[in-house]
Amino acid sequence: MSGYWAGILAILAINIIFAYGIFVTAAAGQLNLGGAGFMAIGAYAAAVLGEQLGWSPALTVPAATLVTALVGFAIAFPVLRTRGVYMVLATFAFAHVVTGVILTQPALGGAMGLVVPDYVDLPVLIGAAIATTLLVFWLMATRLGLAMRALHDDELVSTLMGVPARAVQVASFAIGAGLAGLAGGLYAHHFSFVEAQYFSALLSIYVLLFVLIGGTQTAWGPLVGATFFTVVPELLRIGGSWRYVVFGAIIVAMMMFRPEGIVTRTLLARIGFRRRRVADAR
Amino acid sequence: MSASAPLVRGAHPLAISAGVALAAICCIALLAMLPGGATLAQQIVSGLMLGGIYVTVAVAFTLTIGVLNFLNFTIPTMFMLTGMVAWGLARWGLPFGLSGGLHWALALLGGIIVSIAASLVVERFTFRYLKTRHGDATEHAIPLVSSLGFLLIFEHLVLIVLGSEAQSFPVRFRLDWHLGPLVLGLPQLASLLLSLGIVFWLSWLLTSTRTGRALRSIAESPDTATLLGVEVTRIVPIVFLLSGLLCGVAGALFVVNYSDVSPFMGEHVGTKAIAAMVLGGLGSIWGAIAGGLLVGLMETLGIHFFGGDAAQVVVWSALLAAIVLRPQGLFGGTRIGKGKL
Repeated sequence: MSGYWAGILAILAINIIFAYGIFVTAAAGQLNLGGAGFMAIGAYAAAVLGEQLGWSPALTVPAATLVTALVGFAIAFPVLRTRGVYMVLATFAFAHVVTGVILTQPALGGAMGLVVPDYVDLPVLIGAAIATTLLVFWLMATRLGLAMRALHDDELVSTLMGVPARAVQVASFAIGAGLAGLAGGLYAHHFSFVEAQYFSALLSIYVLLFVLIGGTQTAWGPLVGATFFTVVPELLRIGGSWRYVVFGAIIVAMMMFRPEGIVTRTLLARIGFRRRRVADAR
Repeated sequence: MSASAPLVRGAHPLAISAGVALAAICCIALLAMLPGGATLAQQIVSGLMLGGIYVTVAVAFTLTIGVLNFLNFTIPTMFMLTGMVAWGLARWGLPFGLSGGLHWALALLGGIIVSIAASLVVERFTFRYLKTRHGDATEHAIPLVSSLGFLLIFEHLVLIVLGSEAQSFPVRFRLDWHLGPLVLGLPQLASLLLSLGIVFWLSWLLTSTRTGRALRSIAESPDTATLLGVEVTRIVPIVFLLSGLLCGVAGALFVVNYSDVSPFMGEHVGTKAIAAMVLGGLGSIWGAIAGGLLVGLMETLGIHFFGGDAAQVVVWSALLAAIVLRPQGLFGGTRIGKGKL
């Protein structure tokens, strides 16, 4: 395998994990436009633990996941007071605060970034991506996943049916933050360098696009969305900026003709993955 | 009679803002006269001048959110588009070699027209399709996502046609007015007044005209507005026309005052304008004015006291706190719509 494709696969694996982080939140009907902030927390946690305490990646990456999940849990309470456009703005502001704090703390390397000691190779990333995918599929099949889907489809009715809306939303926000932190920890160890500038508003926007274009109804969405968005720009190598123009046009067209995303429950039913369940429903 | 009713109640925002402005001028003058206060007063003055640009863009944001509940991410791009197109017209002239470099005023006008046209294109392809409802919690994100798509399209089209380097607009007005220890840039003062004037005009338009009433009724409830005979599909483009105009004017004023244009100039102003809008309360025009001036002040004073990156933390933490604790904005006050929280 050439270095070029290995690089794309590594990015793809990280994007898939990151996209699942945003998806778990979106699957419960919450939009998180601060993904880059959570990924930055994970990446810097792994970098600092690896450098200062000399921990190996086998410890730093789970620790980064845990730290980010805890931050997500803590921030979920104030942020989930808001909804709709306000929630989008609150998470957006949170990401700006995170990068701003990193830039002003000399201990975190400021604008110079941090060098991360241990290198994690491609097979680990791919393994983590597969594990995350399976985890989210399992999660969506549990009772919690069912409650999340119910909240996504209609919050009022599911609350009336006894779904503890707030607990489910906080849980999904914290799990999503943890997955974004996992992506950040793996990113830090694979590229051996972290800098605040990478975790920009544009990164948050891109990952939210992965999820929304893929579709938030089923766990297939982020997988398809992240793969589509990572591979299509590579295939569209028609010179520099033009591919982004085509890419933007694809997004606009998608929203016009298929706003619910590429993969939907009806699509899966039609393909046949869920044939029996749909037959039951009838 | 009905038009003067708010004045009688003594709560007309115009009267309040005139009073606040007068008080602010007195305070700055007093501060400038104090020993050692001149630098601080100068910072406050430049902060307010910068705030004038933020006000105009923040009102464009708040208008689309207030009427359509739509966070339009192409607004910073329209600001950038105005600057870059104006630079391109002044430097190279019309496309396909139709003319040489244009006069700066014509170039700026061209930039504003392109901004309005781009805004109407965004309306055609994002908002008109919101009707396709599938009824779940992430549905309100559909126009937001399309606007992100348009952000990519416009930004990279500009990169292709005009290049990625930061450029400098050929004309920069420098005419300073020395007022005791203070230096007032006259063009900056003029643009502050012009942007405030446009915002006042917009506020009048919303409260006192037929179109404004239609816009406010759509803000309250699009379905009821349709039932009562408001032609929603004809009124909605007006919102986009106005936001394109506001971004165009802000971009032109920025270019005239600071003369730097680059394909990335919209991001900084756009994020600051979002902050301004949130501080003032989503959907509130008067809040956007106050918020814009406040963010301009916070930025210059933050840089003065703490340095650039720390100022960013201050602005965004204040913003996060404002969204969570006071989602109605710092000042409450009149909204275009009822504020859909």
